[in-house]
Amino acid sequence: MRFWRKVLAITWKDVLSEFRTREIIFSVLVFTLLVIVIFNFAFGGGQDTIQMVAPGMLWITFTFAGVLSLNRSFIIEKEEGCLEGLLVCPVSREIIYLGKMLASLLFMLSVEVVALPIFAILFNLDISFQLVVITLLTTVGFVTVGVLFSALAVNTRAREMVLPLLFLPIVVPLIIAAVESSGLALSGESWGEIASWLQIIGAFDVIFLVVSFWVFNYTIEE
Amino acid sequence: MKENHTFKMVLLGTTTIAMVVTMYLIFIWVPTEEEMGVVQRIFYLHVPLAWLAFLAFFVVFIGSIMYLWKRQEKWDVLAHSSAEVGVTFTTLFLITGIIWAKPVWGVWWTWDARLTAALVLWLMYLAYLIIRPYAADVQRGARFAAVIGIVGFIDVPIVALAISLWRTQHPSAVIFEGGLASTMLATLLVSLFAFTLLYWLLLMLRIAIRKDETELKRLKEQRD
Repeated sequence: MRFWRKVLAITWKDVLSEFRTREIIFSVLVFTLLVIVIFNFAFGGGQDTIQMVAPGMLWITFTFAGVLSLNRSFIIEKEEGCLEGLLVCPVSREIIYLGKMLASLLFMLSVEVVALPIFAILFNLDISFQLVVITLLTTVGFVTVGVLFSALAVNTRAREMVLPLLFLPIVVPLIIAAVESSGLALSGESWGEIASWLQIIGAFDVIFLVVSFWVFNYTIEE
Repeated sequence: MKENHTFKMVLLGTTTIAMVVTMYLIFIWVPTEEEMGVVQRIFYLHVPLAWLAFLAFFVVFIGSIMYLWKRQEKWDVLAHSSAEVGVTFTTLFLITGIIWAKPVWGVWWTWDARLTAALVLWLMYLAYLIIRPYAADVQRGARFAAVIGIVGFIDVPIVALAISLWRTQHPSAVIFEGGLASTMLATLLVSLFAFTLLYWLLLMLRIAIRKDETELKRLKEQRD
């Protein structure tokens, strides 16, 4: 129980700082809306085209939004020298990982909770329960590796350039599964149709939660 | 040191002979495949390259784990060198695939499962190589690279699974279903053997060069 109290303390620290600085959720949300609008110009056209490209649009948007917000997650720590403070805290590195991961998950989900309905309204799509589950599970996958690489990237010279280079190839299976299953969900298929995709997403989540939990230690040790 | 040198020379000799034999088998000995014609011969280079790229990345994975565990520089040198050879082989694998695809499938590139997986792999290990110079010091770069080496390799089966579920048009399991003529199989196996030697040779040479580089750096620092 004490383990989770410590984890939540770190998450709460991030939430508090987000409330005060409003650096992540709001700006990423605006960015997300901008990307959706720009996609509209890029693909234009009628409802048929939209139906076809909608899942791709949705996940490109969320992937880029994810890169953006995950980058901030550790850059904020670095800028004010908070990372050192965090490292001297009497908690293990695994706790820091879980705390930061939960916070990033919370931020990304907050963005998606707003962006998804707007997306559906703008393009006349129906959000099914399946789509919500897909989004939730994929976002978990994003943050499990994202927080790991974000911690790594912030300690390099190129900082925000490094995260997408590492993050994007690793999440390829997630993006494929998310796009394919979202496409099926948007056209009203049943759970059975999307099950195999959900399994891939679920497997990714579990495997990388364990792996990241284990190797996170090596990305921030000084 | 002396013994090591002799071994390298022997390996160089063996690799050269094996490569010459492989080339003879591929271009002169093995009969031309009926349907695809002469372009099918690229298969004897393409398949060994793919297997060895995979082997190289597996060595990166092992080297990375050992480095994080033992913190001995030699493991990092092994992983780094293997990654470089692996990326080179993956590049050649992609290029041979593209050359083969044009006459057979009529297009240079299709988003076929294995080609796509190879491309993703290539990008992943390119990032592995790119990250090092960005780190503040060598040890940190090695640590970061090791993390990527581990996470990347674990990702490979998931990438393969997702992409193959996504689409497949590759001439897949001919080799395993016994659909390959015995002369072709023999050529493939000899080629595989020759390329494995080549991988080993390149890896050893790269490690030796890297050691010299480190030594040179140390001497320079001493002088300053």
